[in-house]
Amino acid sequence: MIGFLTRTGVPVSDAIQLLIGTRKGAWIYRSDAGRRTWSVQGPIFLGQIVNHLVLDPRDGRTLLMAAKTGHLGPTIFKSVDGGTTWTEARRPPAFPKSADPATARAVDHTFWLQPGHASEPDVWWAGVSPPGLFVSRDAGETWDSVEGFNEHPMYWKWAPPEAGTPDGALLNQIVIDPRDPAHIYVATSSGGVFESTDRAKTWAPLNQGVEANFMPDPYPEYGQDAHYIALAPTKPDRIWQQNHCGIYRLDRPGVAWERIGKAMPAEIGDIGFTIIPHPRDADTAWVFPMDGTDVWPRTSPGGRPAVYRTTDAGANWTRQDRGFPADQAWFTIKRQAFCADANTPVGLYLGATNGEVWMSGDEGETWRSIAAHLPEIYSVTAAPL
Amino acid sequence: MISVLIPSQLQSYTEGVARLQAVGGTVDGVLEDLDRRFPGLRFRVIDEQDRVRRHMRVFANGAPVADLATPLRDGDEVLIFGALSGG
Repeated sequence: MIGFLTRTGVPVSDAIQLLIGTRKGAWIYRSDAGRRTWSVQGPIFLGQIVNHLVLDPRDGRTLLMAAKTGHLGPTIFKSVDGGTTWTEARRPPAFPKSADPATARAVDHTFWLQPGHASEPDVWWAGVSPPGLFVSRDAGETWDSVEGFNEHPMYWKWAPPEAGTPDGALLNQIVIDPRDPAHIYVATSSGGVFESTDRAKTWAPLNQGVEANFMPDPYPEYGQDAHYIALAPTKPDRIWQQNHCGIYRLDRPGVAWERIGKAMPAEIGDIGFTIIPHPRDADTAWVFPMDGTDVWPRTSPGGRPAVYRTTDAGANWTRQDRGFPADQAWFTIKRQAFCADANTPVGLYLGATNGEVWMSGDEGETWRSIAAHLPEIYSVTAAPL
Repeated sequence: MISVLIPSQLQSYTEGVARLQAVGGTVDGVLEDLDRRFPGLRFRVIDEQDRVRRHMRVFANGAPVADLATPLRDGDEVLIFGALSGG
């Protein structure tokens, strides 16, 4: 939703809801029209591990939640009344049964929920751990394994289930070309980025120029750890990537990524979990760097949190840290815990591992904490209220 | 009938009931019966490869269940527990 103007011509934002998934449940924060005050709903499913909570932008009311607990297996919950009541998927994502123990995969958790293309209102996609792609054609009630990826002859090389993050290897993201529902990108933690142009039937790696400095060949065809990818909303041929090994940009139909993170300050580096494009300016994006030196602390470099913004497609980066603690702040922002709204000016939201939520109402110029003491935050998504 | 203990982690499915009766000639038969009455319960205990999930424990007449085909007779007992885990 685009912001509107007051009679004095000053931009005013519309109300936003933040859907927050944590290691111990979910919360929904709702703002006033100016995004100045926030009300809180929650906890929702206290104690459940909520990896993702997403509102369907096509109907503005369907919420899907990816949940599991320390004991119980993974499932998908759905709400159509703003999170007041929930129903469980009749058939959550599950791999086909295998007679061969070596290939018998079981979904540990659903990590990413992706509403389908605008022209396919009941279609949702899900990325899971171990890496797997699933699709629902009935708004999240039942889920099917996507054979084109999960049974691909190269699957076990492209997406080895035993490789990957401390929580398990991931198919951590699904991105759909807004111009073509058959054109899909996925990001994985153990194989990098893959592309399909035929509605997920066939796939090819898309990792040229992306470093994997933990592999014998540091520039392999696949094997990279793609932390996060995002299309520029107004220029969908532009893909931003925050990788385990730096910040990249790819302009299609090109196939070779450019490491735009080389322009980051050397003392900060270009390691992080997320990259967030501006909703209207295809040359602008934000990252939240983390310390990827020596033993990989994955904290704010130097204990001084900051966002970095480029407004020229990655040629230059500007530090934005006003409002963040100036020192001794060591939080981390995970893959799904940084997002933007589409207001004017753009609001940015960060969910930290220490349970704090930070926001900027002025495109990163100033930051303030709007929530604290939540459990470890796994995901934050913003949607119009 | 088989007497089944439902752990706290699963009582949201059984409306808070901790001990109930189920039918089934095997452990899996009991779990299927529970799933028919409380949809979704089985998958949260047993994965899609029919393995007991890593942090769940199922016992039949006091013995840990390694095989869901373990036979049961009228009057037997199935205990489902959440294992020690988490933090």
